[in-house]
Amino acid sequence: MLLSTLVFGVVLGGTYALVALGLTIQYGVARIMNLSFGEVVMFGAFATFVLFTGASLSPVLGLFVVVPLAFAISWILYTVLMRPLVKRARHPERVEIDSILVTFGLLFLFQGLFTQAFGSGYTGYGWLQAPVEILGARVASGRVLGLGLACLIGLGLWAATTRTRWGLTMRAVATRPAFAALVGIDENRVARQAFALGGAIAGAGGAILSMYQPVTPIDGGFLTMKALVIVIMGGIGNMGGALAAGLIIGIVEALVSYAVDPGLTLAATYAIFLAVLLWRPKGLFA
Amino acid sequence: MRPAVSALACALLVAGLAALPLFVGGYGQGVLVGLMNAVVLASAWALFSGPTKYVSLATVAFFGIGAYTVAVLTETMPFGAILAVAGAIGVAVALLVGLATLRLAGVYFVIFSFGLAELVRQIITWFETSVNRTLGRYIFIDLSATAIYWMLLALAVAVIGTRWLIERGRLGLAVHAIGDDEIVARHAGVDVTKVKLALFALSALAMTLAGAIQAPRWTYVEPSIVFNPNISFTALIMALLGGATRLWGPVFGAVPLFFFFEWLSVTMPGQFSIVLGLTFIVIVFLVPNGVLDLAEKGLRKTRGPNAGDARHV
Repeated sequence: MLLSTLVFGVVLGGTYALVALGLTIQYGVARIMNLSFGEVVMFGAFATFVLFTGASLSPVLGLFVVVPLAFAISWILYTVLMRPLVKRARHPERVEIDSILVTFGLLFLFQGLFTQAFGSGYTGYGWLQAPVEILGARVASGRVLGLGLACLIGLGLWAATTRTRWGLTMRAVATRPAFAALVGIDENRVARQAFALGGAIAGAGGAILSMYQPVTPIDGGFLTMKALVIVIMGGIGNMGGALAAGLIIGIVEALVSYAVDPGLTLAATYAIFLAVLLWRPKGLFA
Repeated sequence: MRPAVSALACALLVAGLAALPLFVGGYGQGVLVGLMNAVVLASAWALFSGPTKYVSLATVAFFGIGAYTVAVLTETMPFGAILAVAGAIGVAVALLVGLATLRLAGVYFVIFSFGLAELVRQIITWFETSVNRTLGRYIFIDLSATAIYWMLLALAVAVIGTRWLIERGRLGLAVHAIGDDEIVARHAGVDVTKVKLALFALSALAMTLAGAIQAPRWTYVEPSIVFNPNISFTALIMALLGGATRLWGPVFGAVPLFFFFEWLSVTMPGQFSIVLGLTFIVIVFLVPNGVLDLAEKGLRKTRGPNAGDARHV
């Protein structure tokens, strides 16, 4: 039983890590603290549900529809809402405050829209529930597939940021935003791309999440909280750190909900967060 | 003579507001309680977040702590003592959160405050269901709507008065220095963390008391009722509309938005959070510094380009 809990934790942690990767790109490169990030994850989950039940499109194929849509939504959000805030601000602090406020508003807006469309209860679909055996633990095959997809996307992302010229410009803006312009990088363009890319990853994370568990419209806020904690734990902009932190949070959450109470998962996350704040506020691997 | 005139105006205003519930019926008294609650929460939010520019998303965490403390302690001690205990718990939680986050950059605080209400709600729910084996409590405290309104009015006066006093003293100077440039303030010898901590604790105390004072209105209390995230959201938006950096800003934001939200929850309850979110985005875009600032700029324009320039640095 403990073993299957651990496997559950790793699967959950893999999805969290992927989602946090999207957030760390948005925050690290575009420098927008996006409190509505989890809502894009929810969009991914709900869109996959609609495609599966409405058009009987397999969730894996659904990724090819959901991810571009999430990319487009985030692109539009950046262009229409975030860019004007960046432009009008006299100093970066103002952008941070304004973007926190606007994305907090977006959170309520999206939650309202989701509740309107899908109701406040659980939304989910049955898919790939046949169990497979891993290390003696029985796990639904959808979970295993979800973990595999999260790894695949994460790996692709890592390769893209470390091995391509495009990845280099991203990292340049992330580490020295003021100098990026000196070497001919259009900071605004890179920020927009990073914001949209982060959103696309969020959409993928939502689609994967929906493959193995039902969701409710308010889950987005919780996902944002967890992703933020993971980003801080791993160190802002540190992809490897986000992966490790995501797995830690996923496993701890699974253990707490198995051994203590499923209602305490966020409390467990915040207990870890508190420890990180007191001990290593710059991230576990700084 | 000016200060004396303003003091007199304030005294008259408070006296008028205190007399108000005597002229309206039961429904009107309920509305007044809601309105005064909005004024207290928005002003308390701005007391900390206005000058320090740290965005707190945790208003309902303290509000809920206050209300739930009353629910737990009801019938064990007099109401005044319960209020004192509730306030102490609220301040203790604020100090704990503040000590962990306020010495770091603003984002840490925002993230922690984002989840704080949910964190407290989860812990209380868990404690109630697994230790007490029950969820939800009844409150039997006989207090009229008018009495609750008067207490909230006193609280509002205390919050706004405290801010006025702070702005006048050394603490106010320190607070403004932090809001303008934290690093410079640190170098000038301001104990930045302590100042932020003090303001956060004061603001949390007011929010906790607001929740505690109103708890008797509910009679039945459950964590999901008193930790409603809309409370954090509406307090913030009200303070922003009026202008969080100004003494009277939150009041000017709270009054119109309270009636707007009341109307909204009656006419379109299903779309409430959609319209709430939209209103919020519009306010951040159109009146980023609040309506009072906008009005002042408008006045300056009509009076001529040079009038009041000294205040605009």
